[in-house]
Amino acid sequence: MTISMSAADWLSLFAHFLSLSLLGVGGAISTAPDMHRFLVDQQGWLTDPQFSASIAIAQAAPGPNVLFIALLGWNVGLNAGGGLPTALLGMTITMVGIMIPSTTLTYMAGRWGHENRELRAVRAFKQGLTPIVIALLVATGWILATGSTYQVRNWPIWLIAIVSTIIVWRTKLHLLWLLGAGAAIGWMGWV
Amino acid sequence: MSSSPEAPVEASAGPRPQPSSLSDLFFSFTFLALQGFGGVLAIVQRELVEKKRWLTREEFVEDWAVAQIMPGPNVVNLSLMLGDRYFGLRGAIAALAGMLALPLLVVLCLALVYAQYSENLHVAGALRGMAAVAAGLITATGLKLVGALKKNPLGLTLCIVFAIATFVGIALLRWPLAYVLLGLGGLSCVMTYRKMGKKGT
Repeated sequence: MTISMSAADWLSLFAHFLSLSLLGVGGAISTAPDMHRFLVDQQGWLTDPQFSASIAIAQAAPGPNVLFIALLGWNVGLNAGGGLPTALLGMTITMVGIMIPSTTLTYMAGRWGHENRELRAVRAFKQGLTPIVIALLVATGWILATGSTYQVRNWPIWLIAIVSTIIVWRTKLHLLWLLGAGAAIGWMGWV
Repeated sequence: MSSSPEAPVEASAGPRPQPSSLSDLFFSFTFLALQGFGGVLAIVQRELVEKKRWLTREEFVEDWAVAQIMPGPNVVNLSLMLGDRYFGLRGAIAALAGMLALPLLVVLCLALVYAQYSENLHVAGALRGMAAVAAGLITATGLKLVGALKKNPLGLTLCIVFAIATFVGIALLRWPLAYVLLGLGGLSCVMTYRKMGKKGT
């Protein structure tokens, strides 16, 4: 698809990601529904398959999942028809937009928290959240393994997830071996 | 803001391993990010706590709690906070750049390749297999950190109650994260604060 992007459009793209940045508590992925609404439904700058593929690729790739936002911008730029320059422009705009507010806030809060780490309130805040964040990790793994619906035919996925949980928990086997094994099992069509 | 970020307040025995330079920080985080398929957290825990020992398990969970509650990508937040602690703003930027620069290139290359192979059943299957393993990695990271609860002022029983309630809320009932953090997290923090007071700390 081809679209035309005016300077005002680029600016509104930037403004949108800037405004979503501070809403992304629990990771930028939690704001993905709103990005979809804006980019696909409202502006028509991306197709649905482009949006889904951007998320899938970033999750399959190494590195922080937030890079899916770079791919969204990249694809908007490609759609704008200017080739590599506009693709790079789109990528820069979305990434800088999503990163600046949250990193600034985290930087200042992290610094304040570390300097005041002997304060009872700061210690209570961090330690009180400890059981919560540990459970969140287990819950995240659970959600990734089961998906949004529990379907018995997905049992090979659950089995792989359970086995890899036990191996990582109890052994020091390098994680890349496990991921490689998972990829091989999937390649053979067993999941 | 007069105190230097690397003030050695930690009263732990012996010198603590630390990143030796900005480039050490940059490449350490690049290395972490490039190994982290399906999320970087599992590898961060293993490398920084178990191998490099820049952080204890307890410190890791506490920093992770802050990184999690702040907006923005969690592992990016964590890299920023750790980089700042060792080398100030320059460290924060080096760690952040390490986390993002090379992985960004990799993602772009994958996107270009994916455009060719998106219909291939083997490729789709391999992605599913890796995603299943990644789910296990994250779960295991959580389980490994459970040991950090033993030193929690809340006491092990209450910790387990809060952890189970959080798991049920998020994983089974699919409540929004914000409610769980504000509700259960808030309650847990208040109770921790009170328990700390009783011990006279």
